[in-house]
Amino acid sequence: MSVASSARIRAKQRPGDRIFSTTAVVAGGLIVATLGAVALFLIIQSLPALPATRDEASILRTNFWEYVGPLIFGTVWAALLALVMALPLSLGIALFITHYAPRRLAAVLGYIVDLLAAVPSVVFGLWGIGVLAPAVQPLYQWLNANLGWIPLFAGEVSGTGRTILTAAIVLAVMILPIMTAINREIFLQTPTLHEEAALALGATRWEMIRMAVLPFGAPGILSAGVLGLGRALGETMAVAMVLSATGGISFRLLTSENPSTIAANIALSFPEAFATNINVLIATGLILFIVTFAVNAIARWIIGRRKEFSGAN
Amino acid sequence: MASTAMTRSAGAQNALTTGRLRAWVPWAILGGSIALMIAIVALGSAAADGDFNIALAVFLGVVLYAILIFTVSVLVEGVRQAKDRLVTALVATAFVVALLPLISLTWTVVVNGSQRFDLEFFTWSMRNVTGFGGGAIHAIIGTLEITAIATIISVPIGLMTSIYLVEYGRGPLARTVTFLVDVMTGIPSIVAGLFAYALFSLILGPGTRSGISAAIALSVLMIPVVVRSSEEMLRVVPNELREASYALGVPKWRTIVKVVLPTSIAGITTGVMLSIARVIGETAPLLITAGFTASVNTNPFDERMLSLPVFVYTQYSQQGNPPEAYLDRAWAGALTLILIVMLLNLVARAVARFFAPRTGR
Repeated sequence: MSVASSARIRAKQRPGDRIFSTTAVVAGGLIVATLGAVALFLIIQSLPALPATRDEASILRTNFWEYVGPLIFGTVWAALLALVMALPLSLGIALFITHYAPRRLAAVLGYIVDLLAAVPSVVFGLWGIGVLAPAVQPLYQWLNANLGWIPLFAGEVSGTGRTILTAAIVLAVMILPIMTAINREIFLQTPTLHEEAALALGATRWEMIRMAVLPFGAPGILSAGVLGLGRALGETMAVAMVLSATGGISFRLLTSENPSTIAANIALSFPEAFATNINVLIATGLILFIVTFAVNAIARWIIGRRKEFSGAN
Repeated sequence: MASTAMTRSAGAQNALTTGRLRAWVPWAILGGSIALMIAIVALGSAAADGDFNIALAVFLGVVLYAILIFTVSVLVEGVRQAKDRLVTALVATAFVVALLPLISLTWTVVVNGSQRFDLEFFTWSMRNVTGFGGGAIHAIIGTLEITAIATIISVPIGLMTSIYLVEYGRGPLARTVTFLVDVMTGIPSIVAGLFAYALFSLILGPGTRSGISAAIALSVLMIPVVVRSSEEMLRVVPNELREASYALGVPKWRTIVKVVLPTSIAGITTGVMLSIARVIGETAPLLITAGFTASVNTNPFDERMLSLPVFVYTQYSQQGNPPEAYLDRAWAGALTLILIVMLLNLVARAVARFFAPRTGR
C-alpha cells in the first residue's frame, strides 16, 4: 500500500533502510520462532512423561494416558458448559447494545461489559468462592429436589457449592466480554440498507434482526463461540480456586465429585511437583496447547473467510 | 388483526395508534409484576421463617413480566408484535444479568478489601509474619519489576512486528505472522508459564525460579496484544502523509520514524497500556515461573519473586491462623490489583482521547 511500485525507477537503498527493514523482518520472524519454541520446549520436556509409570512419577496411578484422560474430559466439559451459558447471553448483550439501547448509551454500555475482561482471574476466583458458591447453593438444592430425575442434576448436592457448574458459571462470566465484543462488531457491520429494507416492509424489530442481522452475522457468531471456547479451555486460576475437584469422570453438575481441568490441575500440582511429575504436568500442558491452538486456528479460519471481520483480539 | 380492531372502534381514535399498547403499559406491567413477586416472596419467607431473597423476587418478577407482556400483546397487538416485545424483554434481561457479576464483584472487593487497605499493607512484607499484620510490599515490588521487564521485551518486538506487517509485509511470511499473532492471543497463560519454565530449566538446570523467567512468560502473552493494537493504529495513518514524505525524498525508514510513528503514537501508547493491564493480573504463569516467597527480593535474575496476583492466591490457599487475617490480606491485594488495572484502563482511554491525531482537513 505504501510502496510506489514502479518497474524502472527504484528508490536508493540507504544503510538506514536496510537496517530498519531487516529489524522489522527479524521481529516478525521472532513471533514465528517464539511459537515454534513454545511447541519445541514443551515437547522436549514432555517426552520423559509419555512412557512413565507409577515407579517414575508418583502422581500417576498407572500410566500417563490414564492420568490425562479425565483431565481432558473435565477441561472440555467445563468449557462447553460455560459456552452454553455464555453464547445466548453474549448474543443478547450484543443485540441490546447495538440495536436496543439508545445510541448515546451504546458506547458506555460496551465499555462496562469490557470492564469485566479487565478483572484479574484470581479476583474472579476469590469472588467465586466467597460470593457465588454460597449464593447458588439454594438453587442447586432446588434443582436437585425438583429436577433430580435429569441425570445432570442427580446425586447428592455438594455442601459447599463449589461444583463444576459453579466453575462453569465463573468461566462463562469471564468469556462473556470477548464473545460480546466480536458479536457486537459484526452486528454493527450489518448493511444498514438490509435493516432499513426489512423495517420498510413492515417487519418488527425482532423480525428485522432475525432476517437481516443474524444471517449476516452467522459466521461471526460461530467464530465468537469458538474463540470463547478456546479461552474457557485454558482458563486456570478461577477454576483452580472455585472447583473442589476429586478427579474421575462424572457428568453430574451438583455433586461434590467433580472432574478437574488440565490448567487447574497444573496450577494446583506444580508448586509441589518434583522430578518426572513435572514432566507429566508439562505433557498435560502440551495437550492443552495443542487443543487450544487447534480451536483458535479454526476460529481465525472462520473469521478469515469473511475478511471484513477484523475480530477483536 | 389491526384492521379488525380499527373497523370496530373507528371514529375518534387515531388510526395509527389503535391496536398498539401505550408506551407506559410495559413499564406498568414490569413494575407491577416485580412488586407482586416481592410481596409473595416476602410473605413466603415470613411464613417459612426464612431470609427474604430479593434476587429471587426480582427474577420471578421478570419471568412474570415476560409472560404477561406476551399475553397482553397477543391479545391487543397480535402474535408478531408480541414476539417482538418478548425478545426485547429477553435481550434487556441478558444485559442486566451480565451486569450482576460486575456489580457484585466490585462491591465485594471494595468492602472486603478496605479492611486491610492501610499503610502497613503497602510498607511491610510477609517475612516472619504469622496471623494479623504484614503487607504486600514484596509482591508489589515483584509485580512492578516483572511487568516492567516484560514491557521492555514486548514493546520493541511487538512494535517492530506491526511495522513489518503494515509497512513491509508481503507474501507468505506476513500471512503466517498475522495468523500466528491471532492464534497467540488465545494461548492459555499457563502454557506460556510452562514454556518459560521449560526454557529456563533447560538453560539453568531444573527447578529454577526467577523474576526474569516470569517476565518471559508474560512477554509471550503480551507481544500479540501489542502487535494487534499497534498494527491497527499504524493502518489508520493516512497514506497521503507517507506519500508526501516520499515525494520530499525522505527515505522509507525516516518516514516511518518521523511521520508514521508520531502520528499514531497516542494509539500505540493506549495499546501498550491496555496490554500491561491485561498481563499484570496474570497469576498462573507467575505461580509456575517465579514461585512464591515471603521476603522482599529486588533481583529479578536470581531467586523466587512474589507478585501481587500470586500474593492474593497464596494468602487464600495457604491460610494460617487466624484465617481472617489471611483472607483480609487476600482481598486487600485483590483491591490493589483491580485499582491498578482500572487506573491503567482509564489513563489509556484518556491518552487515546486527548492525544488522538486530528484526521481529515
